[in-house]
Amino acid sequence: MAPPKNKIKVLLAQFPLEAHSRGIITVAGMLKDAGMEVVLIGNELPERIIEAAIQEDADVVGISTYCGGELALGTDLMKVAEEKGIKDNTAFLLGGIFPPRNIPELEKIGFSGAFLSANKEEIVACIEKAITVKKGAG
Amino acid sequence: MKTGLASKILKGDASAAAKLISEIEDETPGALEEMSRIYPHTGRAYIVGITGSPGAGKSTLTNNLIGLFREKKMTVGVVAIDPTSAFTGGAILGDRVRMQEHSADKGVFIRSLATRGWVGGLAKGALGAVHVMDALGKEIILVETVGSGQIEIDITRAADTTVIVLTPTAGDEIQMMKAGILEAADVFVINKVDKGGADLLRANLELMLSMKPHLPGEWQPDIVLTEAIYGKGTGELAAEILRHREFLVNSDGLEQRQKERVKLELMETVESYLKDFIREIDKGDYLKNLVDALSQGKTNPQSAAREITGRLARDLSRLQSSDRANRKAS
Ligand SMILES: Nc1nc2c(ncn2[C@@H]2O[C@H](COP(=O)(O)OP(=O)(O)OP(=O)(O)O)[C@@H](O)[C@H]2O)c(=O)[nH]1
Ligand SMILES: [Mg+2]
Repeated sequence: MAPPKNKIKVLLAQFPLEAHSRGIITVAGMLKDAGMEVVLIGNELPERIIEAAIQEDADVVGISTYCGGELALGTDLMKVAEEKGIKDNTAFLLGGIFPPRNIPELEKIGFSGAFLSANKEEIVACIEKAITVKKGAG
Repeated sequence: MKTGLASKILKGDASAAAKLISEIEDETPGALEEMSRIYPHTGRAYIVGITGSPGAGKSTLTNNLIGLFREKKMTVGVVAIDPTSAFTGGAILGDRVRMQEHSADKGVFIRSLATRGWVGGLAKGALGAVHVMDALGKEIILVETVGSGQIEIDITRAADTTVIVLTPTAGDEIQMMKAGILEAADVFVINKVDKGGADLLRANLELMLSMKPHLPGEWQPDIVLTEAIYGKGTGELAAEILRHREFLVNSDGLEQRQKERVKLELMETVESYLKDFIREIDKGDYLKNLVDALSQGKTNPQSAAREITGRLARDLSRLQSSDRANRKAS
């Protein structure tokens, strides 16, 4: 009898040492405007990001990165996600500033999307598509 | 695939707990079933409500309390509520960021919830989330209500101990008198003491409390002064919460609180059935035809309303007989 809601829940985080929070705040606002529920957790190590994603039952984990190290930390993140059993049904996205040549590698390790810049429509579309792929498979 | 969430939760599986909380929020058909399985295993946790105006420091205080209760070897659950935007249906859940230091502690489970249209300071799945954390084995559950302009009253009916957070600068006193919150608080916190003005607020608060009639043997709420960002006074706050628990345990207070909570939950469940019903009749032509008939003067509001409640009664009895049939079949 109850109408289905299935709101999309997104966890947004930054790796340690990231100082820029403008990007993450802008994206959080965009996603909220698109009707999503956005959990902010600030700067965190992969392990705590994944633990938060589990407790929040997030559909999407979004990482904002400006100061490098995204490949190493991204690899760690995916490793923990796999160990904790959420890699296959959670969509991982990355946005910020990083060398474009890293994008194929980021996708290979498990990110559904890596944005150097994107508008609201692009990000929302990417999230929706990534969720369909993940949930369809799971 | 999702069956068995309840039994996993009872074994302490945090990810199953997180999934069931989502199902409660989304009102999936399976959620009720799973909830009825965990219900017998609930009622052990101690529930603390933390309310107060926006930005008063509720999350920062909650973060402190998590650490202090963990030092006492208690396991802790947190339900942190922020508002859903009425315009977009989206929400920014920003409480957790202040509590992240406890994120990887296995003895702590934190969940952010958006209100999803609920008023009164709680979120749609809040009470359900409390039950899930209780069944998961969390001994003390802190519920941070949404910091709306109003100090929220529902939490006082859901919690065993209600903590009201005030700040010297917010001018909360008048609002409190209006909201009748003085009667509802078990512990008062004046946070951001470092900003100055706490003494005046404390004096005003004490005056208001002294004007309130009280019976012998009744709990007297204390006022605790804190600077949450510096962790000052928070030990006293934790002690005061436990002192109140002690008081309830030694009187019949705990049972009364539990009854109040069960009643709140029951009424809210009935209300949500009714809301579903109202949404349902607004879908087809049913309501439209009634409204047309009304506007053409073919019927009157009383008869139309009686027609609707008649349909509600028929729907409900149909539901009950199918329930009975299901029970027989199983
Ligand atoms: N000066 C001062 N600032 C504080 C104190 N406690 C918290 N704050 C700051 O007040 C701001 C709000 O704190 P929160 O803990 O997020 O407050 P909240 O009541 O949870 O806010 P909402 O959930 O948004 O209603 C933050 O910037 C805190 O750092 C304090 O004791 N003194
Ligand atoms: Mg807060």
